[in-house]
This record gives sequence, structure tokens and C-alpha cells, in this order.
Amino acid sequence: MATKKQTPTTPAKAASGWQYEPALESTDHVRFEKRYGHFIDGKFTAAKSYFGAINPATEEQLAEFGQGSAAEVDAAVKSARRGYEKYWSKMAPSERAKYLYRIARIIQEQARELAILETMNGGKPIKESRDVDLPLAAAHFFYYAGWADKLQYAFGGAQVAPLGVAGQVIPWNFPLLMAAWKIAPALACGNTVVLKPAETTPLTAMKLAEIFQEADLPPGVVNFVNGDGRTGAALVNHPDINKVAFTGSTEVGRAIQKQLAGTGKRLTLELGGKGANIVFDDAALDQAIEGIISGIFFNQGHVCCAGSRLLVQESIHDEVVRRLTHRLSTLRVGNPLDKNTDVGAINSRAQLDKIEAYLGYGVEDGAVRHSAPCPLPGRGFFVAPTFFTGVAPAHRIAADEIFGPVLSVMTFRTPEEAVAKANATPYGLSAGIWTDKGAKLFAVASQLKAGVIWGNSFNRFDATSPFGGFKESGFGREGGRQGLLPYLEVRG
Amino acid sequence: MKSPAQTNMRLTVAKTYKLFIGGAFPRTESGRSVALRNRSGEFVANASRASRKDLREAVVAARKAAEGWAGRTAYLRSQILYRAAEMMESRRASLAETLVKAHGKTAKAAEAEVSASIDRLVWYAGWCDKLTQVLGNQNPVAGPFFNMSSPEATGVVVLFAGESSPLLGLVSIVAPAICSGNAVVACSPIAHAPIVIDFAEVLATSDLPAGVVNLLTGNRDELLPTAATHRDIDAIGAVGLSMEEQVLLEGGASATIKRVWLDADRTSSAWAVADHQSLYRITPFLEVKTSWHPMGL
Repeated sequence: MATKKQTPTTPAKAASGWQYEPALESTDHVRFEKRYGHFIDGKFTAAKSYFGAINPATEEQLAEFGQGSAAEVDAAVKSARRGYEKYWSKMAPSERAKYLYRIARIIQEQARELAILETMNGGKPIKESRDVDLPLAAAHFFYYAGWADKLQYAFGGAQVAPLGVAGQVIPWNFPLLMAAWKIAPALACGNTVVLKPAETTPLTAMKLAEIFQEADLPPGVVNFVNGDGRTGAALVNHPDINKVAFTGSTEVGRAIQKQLAGTGKRLTLELGGKGANIVFDDAALDQAIEGIISGIFFNQGHVCCAGSRLLVQESIHDEVVRRLTHRLSTLRVGNPLDKNTDVGAINSRAQLDKIEAYLGYGVEDGAVRHSAPCPLPGRGFFVAPTFFTGVAPAHRIAADEIFGPVLSVMTFRTPEEAVAKANATPYGLSAGIWTDKGAKLFAVASQLKAGVIWGNSFNRFDATSPFGGFKESGFGREGGRQGLLPYLEVRG
Repeated sequence: MKSPAQTNMRLTVAKTYKLFIGGAFPRTESGRSVALRNRSGEFVANASRASRKDLREAVVAARKAAEGWAGRTAYLRSQILYRAAEMMESRRASLAETLVKAHGKTAKAAEAEVSASIDRLVWYAGWCDKLTQVLGNQNPVAGPFFNMSSPEATGVVVLFAGESSPLLGLVSIVAPAICSGNAVVACSPIAHAPIVIDFAEVLATSDLPAGVVNLLTGNRDELLPTAATHRDIDAIGAVGLSMEEQVLLEGGASATIKRVWLDADRTSSAWAVADHQSLYRITPFLEVKTSWHPMGL
């Protein structure tokens, strides 16, 4: 990394003086149904009742989705069991691999349409769905495809076997990508799946179901049941599933772990976080500022591994705040379909209310609020990207996961203090370290209790790279070789 | 028992069986002891019945030891585990005698259990400095980054040993937990006290830092609920739990998202089978840390 420190070349005034023309991604290419029930046994099926899902940037309804009942969940689990017994467990692993490769290819072919739908339903900037979510979703299927017929090499000396039927519940922040993270390793290891998408973002899962049909995936191998938390509870508590994988809040994860007590079902949890982004005084500041910004404002901060606590060495605090203030003023907040948009729409009214409540707590607790001076659209769920200075570790904005574009800035003097502050949370998902000294970076990384450590970088993801937390951020890994373990019985 | 006055025999010096916490041998703070008798009903010893407070003290000792133990080089941890095996080897006769006299084993079974326990320690000693290589790896990410994943100890692990194998059953769950750098509190049934405290004496003379292994004898129904909901325990492993105990443990563990690992109880001769020493008995108490760094000029 460059060590030369540069001051920003564009003063704030000039940056706000130049306006970008709108560069809207066209939606004329996308098509979707007005109503989806569930996807069971290889077919779209009707539901008994439906709810609407909206575009959070316009608050307009996109489509209706089934509210999965216990009976509908049961039908999906039965279908997955049949799919397991009749097709997937009997198929040669090399054929399983070819199905997954095929799915990866179709996702790549339809990437543009899927990216637009992801942005319309979720509110994230099109440049993120296009450049991050979609390429990674395809990569996960492509990566795990190759493992399907090489599992005997994955864990030296061990015999491996699939678990059976996996029940998976995913969140709304990366809808298609989370589906890929869950489905690809499960199928590669020989399991079949019932997955419940998040109730605010089920659209791309339905398109993924179409892709499975197009790929001629045998019926029952993957089933989707739409619905809210009640549907998720019915799924994880169904007696005929062997494995539960959940990504979402620590609160719901805790409830699932409790419900599964004594059932013998295997469980992986990928829960909340309050990631520390540690900036030492010898860091390359230009890169660090970009890392801080993407660390917290990527996907509107709806990221479990977001760098939501900035720990900056005391001697450079004022300089970092000055640069952050400037960078904040250049962020473009608005229509997620605009290719120039940096920060899109908050996913739901409920999430917006929560974020706004925390903005209030920050001030109430005595921190100083710095919000981007940007105009916000009149419709839809938007909030100005914000950071707080003068934050104490006990402040609610420093302790709780907000899941929004809100950064708490705190200081430290020594590496020991940075480590102690970074680890002083029940969470342990991610952390960032910015320094030009390799020895310091390695020493700090080894002491941080977090599952993913980004040195001089932040929010990087890859299909080959295991992701998951320490402590109350959950257990189990997704991605990489270690991401196979949650879906295998390992003996030896 | 005949008295020396009658027989001119030397009066034997009986051992007091206490607990093993933070490298010391304290009595249970509760002052409770339980008289142990052998199969023919003869008095063997007064064993300590650990209380919930003893468990909490042991967790404090383990937490204090955990970071230092995980921070020692893998080579050193390996040598210390091997040293424990050496200490056991030099006490073979005494350990076997305890198994015979206090636990009703035949001489042959006792000797086999001690031998298997020593060999098990040696086997896990060898894993300390190989785990990272076998379970960790570099990841070929699609971009200019160096990226690697490596296993790390989970932290403080509480273990509940089964009923059926007082020495080998304990060694077989403690060794895999500590070889990766965890600190352990292991709870055994009160009836196991004689051999458990003999084993504690082995560990106390093995260069194992104080608090890395803490050994309690007590009633599981008293200690399990406290362990399950304790906020400073990272993981719990338990052998031979009933269904009600499993529900209690896993339900309580959810309060702090503890890792829970369960296994069936088995006899010493069943534990001795090589299937029950495995790399995959180490993995339940490991976390994978993945680190990224950009590459470029």
C-alpha cells in the first residue's frame, strides 16, 4: 500500500458544486409475477394467504408472496426429504457438481436482471448488487460445485456423509447472496434444502427458483417457503429436518438455539456484529478513510460485519474526523437504481425507525452527530449517512448493533488499549486494522476475537474465504473449505 | 480395618481428596464431603462435593489462564502435554492401584486404562503444532489479496465427564480441548474423586500453567444448570447426558450462544478404541479466523 500521505485534492466546496446527472439503470428488461406462493417439489405452488413486498425506495408494492403456514412448510420439508431420498443422495457426486456449475452459469447469464430486481426489492445501490452481490452469488455456486465430487479430500483422513434435509432462514440485507451462501454448500455436500427468504426481500429467491427449473434441478432438491418469522419458526422446528442454518439477529439466533435444545439437529448461526475498525497513526490515511466509509456505509450499513465502531489513535483523531467530514459530504444518497448512488434506501420502515431512534440515542447519550448534508428523496426510506464523535463505549450507539449507516468514533492511545476496546463486546464477527507496520498488524490481528480480520481493507468477501463469528456472533463458517463442515457428518 | 496397636502395622497416611482449581488443591468452599466406599463397602475416602461457587471460581481461574495458554507456542504446548504423559508414566503403578482399590477395576483393566490414558495424552500432544496446518489454509480469493484461515482456541471450555470411565473418559475429553489452547474446567462424578485427584497431581507436576485444567468432583444436576447459563464460559462439552439434561444445557447455552458438544457415555475399554481419539474431537472447541491483506506495490 502507498505510504505517502496525501491531503484530499478536491475541497468539499468543489465536490458539492459539481452535480452528477442521473444515470438510471433501465428496468424495462426485468419481469416478475404479480404474485408468488412458494416453490415446492420443483413447482411454484399457491399459498393460503399472501402479503405484499415493496420497493423501499418508492414504497410501491412490487408483488405478493405467500405467508407460509405450518402445512405449507410441512409440504416443503416432505418434498425435500423425497428429493434427498429419490434423487440427490443417489446421484453420482460428479453429477451434483455439474448441476451446481450449471446454476452458477445461469446466474451469470441473468446477472443484470437479477441485480436490478435485487436493488428494486432491497434498496441497495445498483452498483453494489451488480458488482458485489451477483458476482459473489455466482462464485459461491461455482466454487462449491467443484467440491461436490472432492469431499473425500476436504478433511484429511475423515469419512464424510451428508446430513439430510437442511432448513435455512436468511436475512434481507443480501437476499440472493445469502441464498447462494446457504444453498451451494448444502447441495455440494449432498443435502437437500428448504429455505425461507426474508419477508421484505423474497423476489430474487423466486427468480432463483426459476433458474433451478431452467437448470432442470431434480424436484425437491431446493424448496422455498415464503413468509415471516412464524414461517421460519415452523421450519426450524419441523421434526424431519436434520440441520438448521440461520443468518440474522443475535436475538432470533438465541431463540432458535433454545428451541433446538435436545433435538439433535445440527445448527449454524451467523448473527450480529459490532465490528471495530482500528486506525493507527502510521496508517495510509487516504486508503483508511475509504475503508472506514465502505466499512460502515456499504449497503446502507445493513451488514452484520460492518465496521460500526471506529477506533482511531488519539494523535490522528482530528485529522481523521476532518477527512471523514469531507468524504461524507461527497456521498450520493438516493435512487438505488442510479448507477452513481453510493447509499441507497433503508430496507424497511421498521429498520428506518430503528436507525432514527439510535440517531436520537447518540445525541441523548452526549455524542456529537455529524450527518451528511445531502438532500434525501421525498419518498421511500432514506437516512443521511452519519458518524458520531465523542462516543463512550457505554453509549447505546457504541454497544448495540444498529444495522444502519451510523458510525461511532472512539479513540485509543496504545495497541493494547485498541485490542481491549475492540474485544469489549459480546460480538466477534469482524474487525479492521489500518497500519503500515506488518509486525503490528499481525500482533493485533492475533489478539482480536473476531472471525474475519481485514488488514488495510474492509468488507471484502470471496467464495473461497470462510466467514463467520466468534462469541455471540454465532458459530460455523460459510465459504471456503471450512464452509463444508456445517453440512457434513465427519468421522475419523 | 485393623489398628496398628493390634498388628504392629504402620499407620497409613490417608490422602485428603480435594478439588484442583487454579493449580492449587482447595477444599470445596461448601465444606461438603461424601464418604466413598468400595464394592465391599469399605471406606475409601471422603471426596469433595463441589458447589456452584467452586465452579464459578474454577471458571475465573480458567479465564485467567486461557489467553496465556493459547498464546504459548504450539511447540511448547505440545511439550507440556507430552510432559504430562511422562508424569503419568512414572506414576503408572500408583494410578493403577487407585483404579483397583478405589474404583473396583481388575489389575489388568486398571493397567490397560492407565496405559491408554498415557497414550492418548501423547497422541493429542502431537496435534498441538499440526492443527493449524491441517485445519487452516490459504484461500485463493479472486483478487489481489493475501487471505488465510486458521483455527484458534474457543476460550474457556467446561466439560462434564461420563459415569463409566473415571480416568480414560476424562483424559479423552480434556486432552483434545487443551491441546489447541483452551482452558478447561472438567467436572467428574464424586465417585471418581480418587483417580481424578491423582490425575490432578499428574497435571500439577507437568509444567501445565495453573488454571489451564481445573478438575472438580460433584453432582452434575447441581453444576450443569450453572454452567449452562454462566456468561463467561465459551463452550460446554458433556458426556452421557439424559434428554432432560440436554434440553437444559442447550437451552441455557443459548443465552450467550455457547458452543455445545455432546457425546455418549462409554466404558474404558470402549474409550480405548482408536475411533475415540480424533482430530474431530478437537474441532468442536475451535474458531476459524480468516485474515485478509491487500497485495500490491
